[in-house]
Formats: sequence, C-alpha cells, structure tokens
Amino acid sequence: MSEITPELVRHLGSLARIELSDDEVARLTGQLDAIVDNIAKVAEVATADVAAMSHPLPLANVFRDDVVGEPLSLEQALQNAPDAADGRFRVTAIMGEEQ
Amino acid sequence: MADLTRLTAASLAEKLAAGEVSSVEATQAHLDRIAAVDGELGAFLHVNEHALTAAADIDRRRAAGESLGALAGVPLAIKDVLVTTDMPSTSGSRILEGYMSPFDATVVARARAAGLVAIGKTNMDEFAMGSSTEHSAFGPTRNPWDQTRVPGGSGGGSAAAVAAFEAPLALGSDTGGSIRQPAHVTGTVGMKPTYGGVSRYGSIALASSLDQIGPATRTVLDAGLLHDVIGGHDALDATSLAESWPSFAQAAREGARGDVLKGLRIGVVRELPDSGMQPGVAASFRASLAAMEAQGAEIVEISAPHFEHGVAAYYVLMPAEASSNLARFDSVRFGMRVTPHAGATVEEVMSATRAAGLGEEVKRRIILGTYALSAGYYDAYYGSAQRVRTLIQRDFTDAFAQVDVIATPTAASTAFRFGEMVDDPLAMYLNDATTLPANLAGVPAISIPSGLSDDGLPVGIQFIAPARQDAKLYSVSAALEALLQDKWGGALLDRAPRLGGDA
Amino acid sequence: MAKDKLLSFEEAIELYEPVLGFEVHVELNTKTKMFSDAPNEFGSDPNTNLSPVCLGLPGSLPVVNGTAVRYSISLGLALGCQIAETSGFARKNYFYPDLGKNYQISQADDPIAFEGAVEVELAGGDIVTIPIERAHMEEDAGKLTHVGGATGRIQGAEYSLVDYNRAGVPLVEIVTKPIFGAEERAPELAKAYVQTIRDIVISLGISDAKMERGNLRCDANVSLRPRGQEKLGTRTETKNVNSMRSIERAVRYEIQRQAAILKAGGTITQETRHWHEDTGATSPGRPKSDADDYRYFPEPDLPPVQPSAELIAQLRAALPEKPAVRRRRLMGEWGFTELEFQDVVNGGLLSEVEATVAAGSSPAAARKWWTGELTRIANVEGREASDLATPEHVAQLQALVEAGTLTDKLARQVLEGVVAGEGSPQQVVDARGLAVVSDDGALIAAIDDALQAQPDVLQKIRDGKVQAAGAVIGAVMKAMRGQADAARVRELVLERAASL
Ligand SMILES: [Mg+2]
Ligand SMILES: [Zn+2]
Repeated sequence: MSEITPELVRHLGSLARIELSDDEVARLTGQLDAIVDNIAKVAEVATADVAAMSHPLPLANVFRDDVVGEPLSLEQALQNAPDAADGRFRVTAIMGEEQ
Repeated sequence: MADLTRLTAASLAEKLAAGEVSSVEATQAHLDRIAAVDGELGAFLHVNEHALTAAADIDRRRAAGESLGALAGVPLAIKDVLVTTDMPSTSGSRILEGYMSPFDATVVARARAAGLVAIGKTNMDEFAMGSSTEHSAFGPTRNPWDQTRVPGGSGGGSAAAVAAFEAPLALGSDTGGSIRQPAHVTGTVGMKPTYGGVSRYGSIALASSLDQIGPATRTVLDAGLLHDVIGGHDALDATSLAESWPSFAQAAREGARGDVLKGLRIGVVRELPDSGMQPGVAASFRASLAAMEAQGAEIVEISAPHFEHGVAAYYVLMPAEASSNLARFDSVRFGMRVTPHAGATVEEVMSATRAAGLGEEVKRRIILGTYALSAGYYDAYYGSAQRVRTLIQRDFTDAFAQVDVIATPTAASTAFRFGEMVDDPLAMYLNDATTLPANLAGVPAISIPSGLSDDGLPVGIQFIAPARQDAKLYSVSAALEALLQDKWGGALLDRAPRLGGDA
Repeated sequence: MAKDKLLSFEEAIELYEPVLGFEVHVELNTKTKMFSDAPNEFGSDPNTNLSPVCLGLPGSLPVVNGTAVRYSISLGLALGCQIAETSGFARKNYFYPDLGKNYQISQADDPIAFEGAVEVELAGGDIVTIPIERAHMEEDAGKLTHVGGATGRIQGAEYSLVDYNRAGVPLVEIVTKPIFGAEERAPELAKAYVQTIRDIVISLGISDAKMERGNLRCDANVSLRPRGQEKLGTRTETKNVNSMRSIERAVRYEIQRQAAILKAGGTITQETRHWHEDTGATSPGRPKSDADDYRYFPEPDLPPVQPSAELIAQLRAALPEKPAVRRRRLMGEWGFTELEFQDVVNGGLLSEVEATVAAGSSPAAARKWWTGELTRIANVEGREASDLATPEHVAQLQALVEAGTLTDKLARQVLEGVVAGEGSPQQVVDARGLAVVSDDGALIAAIDDALQAQPDVLQKIRDGKVQAAGAVIGAVMKAMRGQADAARVRELVLERAASL
C-alpha cells in the first residue's frame, strides 16, 4: 500500500489548479494508489551511484545571440485572450500574494 | 485517371514533377476521399479550407519553372499537436478549442516551404496522452481495419488517415510510442527520429525530454522523404542537434535493394519474450526475422535487463513534465475560461476551467505528475526515474556493442476494442513497454508492417538504432519492406477492408 | 489592519542581535529577453514586447540568451564567487497570472555562481564583508495592475490587468548567507549593501540599475535572537522594497516590530511581509499554499551551461576595479573633501557623479547637482535621485549654465522639466522657452519702456547715481520673466540712459 489518501489527492488538485469532485477524488485515490505502487519499484532499481539523466542526449552551451526579432503584434498577442482590456489580459480578482 | 489517393507519396511526387497530374487534382482527390470516408473514421479534426489555394500556388510555381522540393504538391495531414496559423490547433483538448496560433510549428513551416499541401489536422488522444485516440475531447478515431477497434494512439488520427488513403503523408509526435504503436495497429509506417533530430518548436509539449516529431506514412521511402523535409537543426529548439544528416530517402532507396541485410546483426531482447505477446504478434515477428536471416542477417539475443523498469520510470517522468507543460492552460492568455460564480478569484477560475476543459486521463496524469514532483517525493520518484533512464541507456549501449539494430514487435497485441482499456490505466500503460525505452534513451525507432496476426489485424515490427543512426533504420526497414511485399505480392494495406467510400 | 507595536530601536538592539540576509534581483540590460528574441525594453506599450515564449503560447520553446549568461558570470566573478563547471536551469512551478507558463525558469541546485563575498563600506569608512551564498539566473514575471477597490492594491481589487512585457526579462538573483554582527548599523548596512551591488552592476554595465523601474529589487530577511543565544530566531522576508532609503527604513522597522513581539513574550511568524512606502510600515503577505512546494525539476527544454575556463578567464580579466579601490581612486581624482565625498557615497550617487563627469561636467558641478537639487527633489517626491535624471542630462544642463544660456535659477526650472519627463535639458529649454534672453534688441526695448516709465530714475542715472539703476533692472527682469542675464541688463541700462 502506498500513501495516497483522499486528502493528498485534494491537495494535489489544488496545487495543480484542478477542481476535483468527491467522486473524482475517490476514483483518483484508488487509481493513483495502484500506479504509485507500481512506480515505487523505480526507487529499488536505481541506486544513488547511477547518474540522473535529465536530457536524453548530452548537449551543453546552446545559446542565442542577443539580437531582437520581430515581436508579436498586440493583435496577435491578444487574439486568443478570453478577456482583455486596455491592451492587456484581464483576469478576475487575485486576492493572493504577489510574487 | 487512376485513383490518386492509392499512390505512395513518392510516386505521386513523380507524377506531379512530370506534369502528369496537378497538385490541385491530387489535393482534390484526397479532399474527396476525406469527405467520403472520414465521417466513419473520424481521423480529421479539421480539413483545411485553404488546401486547394495552396495546391494551386504550387501548380503555378511549377508552371513558372521554379525548382521545387521533391514532395512539392503532395498533400500532408498534420497531427493536431502541431500548431498551425491557418487552422485551429487543439491537441485534442476542449480547453484549446478554436485556438489559433500566431506561428507555424517548425516542421509545418518546413513542409510548407517544401511545397507540401497542408490538408488538415488529425485527431489524437488529448494532449497526446493515450494509446487509443479514445481520449480525444472531440470523439474517437476508428481503425480502418476494424471500426470497432482503436487506431492506436496518441496519433491514431494520422495513422488512420494514411491507412485509409485520406492522405499519403502525415506528421505525428511520439513521446512513448505515439507514432509507432498506431502504425503497428493500422498496418502503416511510423518513425520516431533521434531526440533532437527534428525540431519540437510548435509541438504542444507533452513531456519535453521524450517528445519527438516524425513521419506517419504507408511506405518506408515516403517516411524518409518526409523526414528529409522536416529534419535538421532548428535554432528555436535548444535541444535540436546541430549536425547535418544524410538523406533518409536515399537510405530507404538503397536499403530496398537488400544488400544491407547481409551480415547485419539484429538484436532480439531476451527480456521481451514471445510469451509476453499475443501469439499472432509473436508469429509475425518471428517470420520477419526468418525472412531477414534468409538474406544473410544474423539474429543475436541481447539482454536489456532494465527495460522492464521503463514503464515505471516513464510513468513518473512523463506525467511530471506534463504537469508542468500543461500548467499554461489556465484561462488567462488563451483557451477556455469557466467562471464558476460571480466574484470568483483567479484561482477559482483557473481551477474551474481546468476541471471543465481537461479530460479524465489528462487530469489523472497531471495529478500523478504533481505528486511525483512534490516536496518529499522528488528523489524517490523523479530522481529514481532519471536514474532508470541512465540504466536503460546503458542497456542500449551494451546491446549496440554487439548488434547493429534491435528488433521487437512494436506492441504486444493487435488493436484492442473501444473501451477495453479505459477503466484500467495501469494495463493501458503496460501496453507501451516495447516502444518507450527508445524515448527514454533518445534513440531512433521505426515501426513497419510485418504482416497480419491470426485475428486478421496488422502487426508491426520495430527496429531501434543507436542515437543519430536514423539512416540505418531506413535502410534496414526498407529492405524488410521489400522482402515482405514480394512475399505478399503487394502492400499490406491492399488487404484492408474496403471502406464505405470505396466503389 | 491593526498597527504594529514597535520597540525603540535602541532598546531592540540592546536586547537582541539582528541577523540579516538579502535577496537582490538584478534585471540585466540585454537587448532581448532571457529565453527569446523579444525586446527587453522598458516603457513600451503593454504587451508589445512579446514573443510566443513570453506568453507561454502552446508549442513555444525557450532558448538561452548567451549575453545574459556572460553578464551573469561577470557578476558572479565581481561578487567574488566561484563559477559552476556545470550549471543547469530548473522549473519553479506555481500558478500566478503574471507567469506566462505558470512556471518560472530559474536555477535550483546548481547556480551559475556560488560562494562569494562582497566588501561593503559604511559611513565613516568601516568595511563589512557580506558573504554571498549564490547568484543564479532566472526570468522576470509580467506586471499586474489591480483595478477597482479603494487602494489600487491587490486586496479588494475588482479585477486585474496583465502586461507581459517584463515577462522573460533576464534576472540574476543574488542571495547572501546570514549576516551577523551588523548590530545597530543593520539598517545602514542593508542600504550600503544594495548600493554596493548597484555600483557593481553599473560598473559592469550589465544593468540600468534603476530601483524605481524595478531593475534592482531587494528582499530583506531579518531575524532577531536574544543576546547570548546561539540559535537563530525566526525570520521574516520583506518584499517590495524599491528604494535605497526604504531598505534602511524597512530593516529598522522589522527590528523594532520583532523586538516588541519578542519582548512581550510572543513569537515571530515566518512569513513574507510587504513594505509600504506610504505608511512606512510592513504588513504580512498572504500565506500562499503553493509557496512551500515549487516542485522544482531540471528544465528539459534547456541543455546545461558549461562555461569554459577560457571564457571565465576572459571575463575575469575584463572586470572593473573593486568598489573600494574605485572609491579611493575617484576621491583622489575629484579632489573632494572627505565630507563632500561621503555625501556622494551615502547618497548612492557615486556612479551618477562619475558618469556625469565622464559626460563632460566638472566634478564639483556634478556633485552639486546630484547631492543638491536632485536629492532635494528626490526627498520631496520620495524617489531616488538616480532615477530622476541621467548623468548625460545633468552634464548637458551644466554645460548650458556655463555657456550662459541658463542662469542658476533657470537651470533649476529646466531640471524640473527633465525630472517631469519632458526630455533633455535642451528640449525643455526649447519647449518651455526658458533660455536667457540674449537678444539685445528685446532687452533694449524693455529697458527703454522701463526708463520712460520712470523718468526720475532716468534722471538720477544720468546724474551719475548708478545705484538707482536697480529699480529699472528689476522692472526689466520682471518683464523678461527672469529669463535675462542681470549683468547684461545692467550694462545695457547704463548705455541706454546715457544715449536716450
Ligand atoms: Mg527568492
Ligand atoms: Zn528570484
């Protein structure tokens, strides 16, 4: 048994900004539990002396020259916006903390 | 005139170049075919209303004596994971319904520049998550061989489109097998290039360290021709390889002569035994090996002890990267917005939008990935998965010290029926065991038809080569393709059932 | 919001030892953004400096700006840091509408620079060494404007508007280790540290370093521990401090606030606090549920950075002199008294004076403008002197004075125009018509009018009572609205009186 609980699933939903119904929480708790038990095996095989591989091929130092390209037009920038005003994207109240 | 939709891209291109047919005629023929059969199949999410204009432009340029690319005038279907300026790009998700990109994916831009005619956008599992195309928000695509069965996934739309002669060429994306497994179940060819061999710019990312774009076609040569157009370095993708590549079409043509099989060492993975496969799949695989052996190839058993952990590692890495890549679908800059009640905060709007706009499989993987990355679990899951990745790459390195290519059945079973796997995600995930080691290690892999299983459904054989040796895959698989077509007396797809549109 | 209880600063320091820590974000002045070729430009119309990458558009991919990497390495070297042989990017995941992708590309375990030290000079010449933990590369976020509600603040706003122009601007975040031993000079040290960082990035030429524009932003960590206690106290992180004097005030405020709580037997909450320039106080930020779980993982879209030894050597060789060395040199070159020089240093105006001299002004005049009129306006407006005008503008202003185009008084008016954003001094002179009237014809006409209006004065001048001319000069200056050179007017009055 792994440690997947409904509370954890609910917390993950809030971290991922996905509102989950009680049904979904229950279903995901069970499914995740099975999947997590399965993937827990990875920890057993991969010992700490094996290097972690974040990129499949070893590249390094891929840089761009500092040269300005053609920016998007304001129209292009806003063309898919669900809501906009004054040339800016409009969102409802944030009521959170600014970063 | 003969049915233009039955031609391979290579022979259609020859007729176009020779002036025997126009691109407008070829494009119209494919549009007609789509109109006739796609109602049953559902391979396309969008058919390009500008296709004939683009075709006419190619014809005009050809008439003006302009020198055009080898595939100029040939229709191309584009998986909806790739963004396009002239058609919506949804990645099969409700949350992106109607999204119009201000730029073309690099592979699309290159295809257009080479004169290919974008004929439409093909269906897929939502955000490329799935092996069946059942998880598209816009309805499933049906397998042309048996419409009660899935066309594979996530690129079921592209595979079905080429299998059903709706397009000679299609583009796909392959994160864990999404080009190769649909090729396997539809009797077509699907190629996942070396990671970095084809630009990912403009591909709506699923898992950035695994995704590769590649061709879905009916023949190996056609795949090589398309790969030549879309491949090569792109400054917009920092993981794109800078080197120059040989012509893959050339490799396919040379391979078809068969010499490549003499002395070729083909590795067969001990840890993927026949007993794990549907008997008809194993039998088809063995018959292909025997055919190659008869031409001088040597079959060598190799060991890849860590392949068995690939699925587990993959189902950590892929959801983890996906949870981050898909965070941008938040209703602020583009896509759907759901306001749950008056005065809702941004956080509530984002959560309600993602609840309504994302499908069940997508949510499941985002939650799983969020879990794998979250504090306290990272090392156990993500860290370990990355180490497994190193072990799998070592397996490949050891194997390729003994053999030139590795062969496996592309998937353990033939096309499954709709709904068969939906309630058991774990079983569905295990179905990817043969394809995803190549994604984890970044090496190239191709699937071509090896025959029919005893259930009458197509089976694919997969070849895997060391990184950067994509050309070898084209020559080897073209050689086998020629052998098998000789044996069959034609293409495997000639045996597919006729669709409603066929006279 | 309840007002915080504060202990007197003196008592706070007597009872507790303050421990400081700083996170300074420096915006680099590259031409393009950190991960795309969109312009890195301040003051453009909203959402016009964007590439698909800045908006996180589906399919877009980041590519690292090589110049930003070189600037970051130079800064790391100037901070006395080691440069990492391999340094990777990482995704910091959190949802916020100013982030186009809902993750920030930053660096986690392997920053480009680490383990350094910076010497900071306090008033009176004491040198304090600030230990640097790391300097890492990352991208800035967009800008939110909160609309509706009473305060324009985020709380109570009806909706917010997002401008992503700033999204993706290259940043280097410099993080110190805990700083001990500052004692009663903790607030002063905070300010001096940020000034030093500012001097360094300006002398490297890698940032415009205007705090007002957010080119340089400081988060100040403050904790207190009772005298004699080894264990560190709970710290707060004060954000939103965007001027030198605010840093000093914010640190002082936090020391007094925390001391009052501790003395009353309370405990400090570990939290982010916001500095409010208007009230001179900090307030708690909302505790964020995501803040403790950013789910960092290596950025798969970006290969690592592995600077060659040659590149590092080359950048090291090109470093400007160290701040302390530079100060000694400038003091010698400018010939200021100790007091005059400290005035410049404490005002954080060393680079401004240096640049103004470089633009052609005399050191004395440059010092006079920066520590005089500009500092006065800055104090009145609660801004930074360095944000009010450019060194080039100050030098041009001084040149106009020396050419006789402007009187001192007119020059101050022109400076006001410059500060108000009306353009260069010459543009302000032209637009406002502020130049000294050097056209003798216009002056003579005014003088003749004044003399004819005051025949008795005219007679007195003719009689040799030259001091009587003052009344006419006054009238003429008034008529010319002050835009005349008084000495020239006097000369002309005497001439005209004799000839009329
Ligand atoms: Mg920070
Ligand atoms: Zn930061």
